[in-house]
Amino acid sequence: MARRSFSVTDLPGFSTVAMMVFAALYAPMVVLVVYSFNQGQSPATWEGFSLDWYRVAWANDEVKNATVNSLIIATCAAILSTALATLAALGTTRRKGFKGQTFIYAMINQPLMVPEIVTAVALLLVTAAIKKSTGYTGLGYLIVAHAAFCIPFAYLPIRARLEGMDLTLETAAADLYASPWQTFRRVTLPLLAPAIFAGAMLAFVTSLDDVVITEFIKSPGQDTLPTYMLGQLRRAMKPDVNAISTALLALTLVLLSLFYLLTRKKD
Amino acid sequence: MKRTLTVVAMLMAGTAAHADGELHLYNWGNYTSPDLVKKFEEKYKVKVTITDFDSNNTALAKVEAGGSGFDLVVPSAGFVKIYADKGLIQELDLSKLPNHKNIDPAWMNVEWDPGRKWSVPWQWGSTGISVNTKDYGGDINTSAIFMDPPKELVGKINVVPEMGDVLALATMYEGGKICDDDPAVMKKVRDALIAAKPKWMAMDYSTVEKMTKHDYSATVDWNGSTLRQRLAVPEIHYGYPKEGYPLWMDNVVLLKDAPNAENAYLFMDYIMEPENAAMLSAFARYANGIAGSEPFMPDDMKGAPELYPPAEFKDKGHFLTVCTGKALEYQTAIWTELQK
Amino acid sequence: MATLEEEAEVQSRRNAWLLSAPALVVLFAAAAGPLIIVLIYSFLTPATYGNVEWIFSLEGWKGIVFQHDIFSDNLVLADANLVIFWRSVKLSFITTVLTFLVGFPTAWFIATRSPRARALWLFLITIPFWTNLLIRTFAINQIIRNEGVLNTLLLKVGVISEPIRLTYTDTALLIGMVYVYLPLMVLPLFATIDRFDMRLLEAGYDLYANRWQILRRIILPITRPGIIAGSILVFVPCLGAYVTPRILGGGKNMMIGNFIDLQFGQGQNWPLGSALSITLLIIVTIALLAYVRTIGGENRHG
Repeated sequence: MARRSFSVTDLPGFSTVAMMVFAALYAPMVVLVVYSFNQGQSPATWEGFSLDWYRVAWANDEVKNATVNSLIIATCAAILSTALATLAALGTTRRKGFKGQTFIYAMINQPLMVPEIVTAVALLLVTAAIKKSTGYTGLGYLIVAHAAFCIPFAYLPIRARLEGMDLTLETAAADLYASPWQTFRRVTLPLLAPAIFAGAMLAFVTSLDDVVITEFIKSPGQDTLPTYMLGQLRRAMKPDVNAISTALLALTLVLLSLFYLLTRKKD
Repeated sequence: MKRTLTVVAMLMAGTAAHADGELHLYNWGNYTSPDLVKKFEEKYKVKVTITDFDSNNTALAKVEAGGSGFDLVVPSAGFVKIYADKGLIQELDLSKLPNHKNIDPAWMNVEWDPGRKWSVPWQWGSTGISVNTKDYGGDINTSAIFMDPPKELVGKINVVPEMGDVLALATMYEGGKICDDDPAVMKKVRDALIAAKPKWMAMDYSTVEKMTKHDYSATVDWNGSTLRQRLAVPEIHYGYPKEGYPLWMDNVVLLKDAPNAENAYLFMDYIMEPENAAMLSAFARYANGIAGSEPFMPDDMKGAPELYPPAEFKDKGHFLTVCTGKALEYQTAIWTELQK
Repeated sequence: MATLEEEAEVQSRRNAWLLSAPALVVLFAAAAGPLIIVLIYSFLTPATYGNVEWIFSLEGWKGIVFQHDIFSDNLVLADANLVIFWRSVKLSFITTVLTFLVGFPTAWFIATRSPRARALWLFLITIPFWTNLLIRTFAINQIIRNEGVLNTLLLKVGVISEPIRLTYTDTALLIGMVYVYLPLMVLPLFATIDRFDMRLLEAGYDLYANRWQILRRIILPITRPGIIAGSILVFVPCLGAYVTPRILGGGKNMMIGNFIDLQFGQGQNWPLGSALSITLLIIVTIALLAYVRTIGGENRHG
């Protein structure tokens, strides 16, 4: 008789659902990768293997430029917003309720509540005024704007984790005469790391997908991949964007695998 | 700390520098031939940046807010006048545009810019009906294809979600004119559209893909888009609705606060060279409005039925204007009702 | 003694504000501040060709609930607007529930792996989201098309005898929205489940609880903050969704996001668009405050 070991963490059906979710998540990715090697003009019918679209994408400065912009903005915005969100989460959790707490919550969640188009129009007016008076037209506007709407995405997972975190460890550290900074560095931060990582991921992804706000406040030459594609929406969509996305995906995979292997060695 | 600041400042300055020899073009996405841009850059040693927009309204809002940093914008016909009325563009110095004489006479004294003092042609086209004749053999030169679909096409029709174009077609189908403000006509338009909608499959932009894959059998579409479809599937044909169909032209205008006006003139003149105008067309797949560009066009576009309306339908095309007041109110209300 | 405690409380409050200040500054500059402009705009008169004229008017606000019947000039209920609002709320709610139903098991699965494998699974869940949203949406369309991967597979296996028509239905839209917003549910859930003390489960089983009771009585209550965080992160952006309804829903039915966009774009009625946005903001704020109250209340009692 086969004996299955009983594990308390097993819940019936959960693993099956998880596997189906992963399969469903990757199905469109597979389609994307396969079609990036498609020979035909149409992004929809399979007409044989070719690397043509990679050549086309490589030669297309607009696409390359958009990819670089997307990555710069998303990286900067993710770092900035996660840092700010971590501080805010430390400030707003694990203390007695105080006057103004609700206000802070509301402020932090505010970007979630407003349709993008509204923030976009409002930001257009503000940034235009600043651009006119300072003459500065760099990526800074986009980075700050993206950081702002990424804050709630980074904040919520960090706060969710902090809220149930055991205070005793920190109290113990303080009892052992650790300075508040040491306590934070050695106790709180390591415990918080998965949530900070999750928050940064969410922020990055959110920034990478933004269309409307970027469309309204970008300066010349600041198209990102989404705004580039939005511009194409009305014309025929060309598969070179598939190629770029696949390349981006491959790059991500390489970087993440490296990161994974490096952290694994340390364990 | 200081070093970090310098790095940050350098990062931010990266795109801010306005070196000599730059040109900032603000255009519809996937509409500017990269080959032409490369040729221009090599000839004049000017670095061209192209930035995309996806609607006239977005582009206008952005330019109007000021400080956009663009030199040239490519708005559609009706919008040229709005730019001029709002004082956003400058009158062209024709002495800097020797190729101005190449503008096809038909496109010289246009209603939105008589004498072409404010704008030069980019591309032009029409909005009509694309039908896969494998599925429907009847008359395709009519808006009835989507307003009162034949039974072969019911449930297989797409309508591009473009308020101005769709309402222009529908209004002319019901006997009105573009931007009609006659309540009796507009009421008929509303009722007809609401009755037709259940027979449509979608209101979507990606017509080239869906028509060639046979997801749709017919769609309201732009002529250049249908040209692409026909080159892939020969049975797809473009219909010019005999009840009337909208014409449009996108035009290059020079912004008043253009940082690189001289280069902008070079570019405008450059694209009015017949050979270069043909390059624009070869990429965007529309006609260009420059006389003498025909011989330079790619073979599959020479004499293409989508680009050159047959004589009998020629006078059925009417230029799209930007509606205001009551006419606009009708349009928005009908459009909302239609998509609720 | 009391003074010491009071002092500590003052100190704690000051720290709270100091730590939150940088985030608040950025949020004010780039998100909340500009909204004041929107509020002002909602009380102005639309200018021709978009933008506003600086003349006070309440038409924008009236336009949300009432409209002049365009043909008879009577003031009537703007039922189209209400239908659009209702549809958005309904679809966003269903999306939130669906993402929770598939997201919770997934997050649980990831959080209960060994620490090493956990990192791997976490990467696996985020990788698909490194691709552009529009491309992902188009890819989903490829899969659910009549002759798409899904139908071909189901036909081959013999589950169905003719293709299911999914394209441009609310089902397609829901599939797309669940796909797009899934990580926003999974990651906060993972962050809470990850620090969940599994010994509680042992204790539960020791007391002869069955799995369902364990799930309902122990796991769900303790992971509540994560569930709430995830639900907010999914529900609210869904309400303002713009791209997905347009591509997967076939664009035949608007959601609030598209409707507001119409006012700022071709509709050229910025005051109405502003008023609609503020209304949406108020609705969501009320819902959120209610949320915060409930969690806050529970924390105080527990």
